[in-house]
Amino acid sequence: MAIVYLILAPVLGGLIAGIDRKLTARMQGRVGPPILQPFYDVAKLFEKEDVTVTPSQNFYILSYLVFMAVTGALFFAGEDLLLLIFAFTLAHIFIVLGAYAAYSPYSYVGAERELITLMAYEPMIILTAIGLYLVTGSFYVETIATSQVPVILYLPGVFLGFLTVLTIKLRKSPFDISTSHHAHQELVKGLTTEFSGATLAKIEIAHWYETVVLLGIVYLFFGFNPLLGLAVIVVAYILEIFIDNTFSRMKWQMTMKSGWGSAAILGFLNLVVLYYFYLGV
Amino acid sequence: MAYLKKSPWLLHYDASSCNGCDIEVLACLTPLYDVERFGIINTGNPKHADVFVITGGVNEMNREVVKNIYEQMPDPKVVVAVGICAATGGVFRECYNIAGGVDEVIPVDVYVPGCAARPESIIDGIVKALGILEEKRAKMKGQEGSA
Repeated sequence: MAIVYLILAPVLGGLIAGIDRKLTARMQGRVGPPILQPFYDVAKLFEKEDVTVTPSQNFYILSYLVFMAVTGALFFAGEDLLLLIFAFTLAHIFIVLGAYAAYSPYSYVGAERELITLMAYEPMIILTAIGLYLVTGSFYVETIATSQVPVILYLPGVFLGFLTVLTIKLRKSPFDISTSHHAHQELVKGLTTEFSGATLAKIEIAHWYETVVLLGIVYLFFGFNPLLGLAVIVVAYILEIFIDNTFSRMKWQMTMKSGWGSAAILGFLNLVVLYYFYLGV
Repeated sequence: MAYLKKSPWLLHYDASSCNGCDIEVLACLTPLYDVERFGIINTGNPKHADVFVITGGVNEMNREVVKNIYEQMPDPKVVVAVGICAATGGVFRECYNIAGGVDEVIPVDVYVPGCAARPESIIDGIVKALGILEEKRAKMKGQEGSA
């Protein structure tokens, strides 16, 4: 399963990105690029000249890609959710280090914003793991995914909270403060300003891996009914595209408030209710 | 394989244009002309760009800026001069502070005439530039092979 993931996830992630761009275009009344556009972009980036500011930045970005792949491999091998979150965070630390390694004010601002978003979504991600543990009695992805307990009925708040941070994680519009295809002249391109060619292509591929893992976590809430799970993944992603197109970019304070707010209200309250009323059901 | 033609990311710089051509360049990105259907993205970052779209005659103040941006773009790259000012300096040609066309500072691959250049002709120019971009890539690859 993990090996299948390592091979198929970039294909699936790239297709999702392509469909995302097409749907975005249609929502804006445009024709939009071909579905395979993200693959063309990455293939092109590999054709470009290699311009490196500091050699260490390439090492950090390679580590980012490797740890993102490891995260997904752990997930699809059915391993420990906590270990997975650790690998996930580590991957993001590597991209931040990469941005700091390239001496540029733009990538510094991008790196700082990435650290802020990291801080914003992390509590909710951990609460998600705890919630899944409280309901299914295991941190192992395999046990959670095959559990017959209708997890969503016990964790509606945690699920909504996770959807909120999913917007941050997928770099969708109100929270795309650290890097964005749409922030043309205002941000240059944040975190990825100093990366070009093959290195930038690696970042894109890592994003594809990331998308698949995140949508996999959405599935964990619906493990009792695989068809429903897949349907919810599709609906959740379309909802994210819709949010992307209806909101303008917001300040980092809003990202913090949304991330921690959803963790405190939706996530924590859900867990308190679960703990006092349903535990052991 | 030639993927460069399928995903040209462009960087748009205004070298003392009257803003007429700039609006037309941006009009290409709006739903009416929608150049994203050719995979074109407006990047704003020279390190990600393949096509350098430049409008207006270069003046003495931004001569170095234009050169700097051009040098920061990784190869292969093409330059498209949009509008009569970018081509020759236009009506500002005789001004003391105008260097003239963009080709006074950096090599230009495609000239798009007009005052202001129409979105259709800008798209035409960029499509023409893609052919040159492909030639440059093939040449670059040939050099790598012989080296």
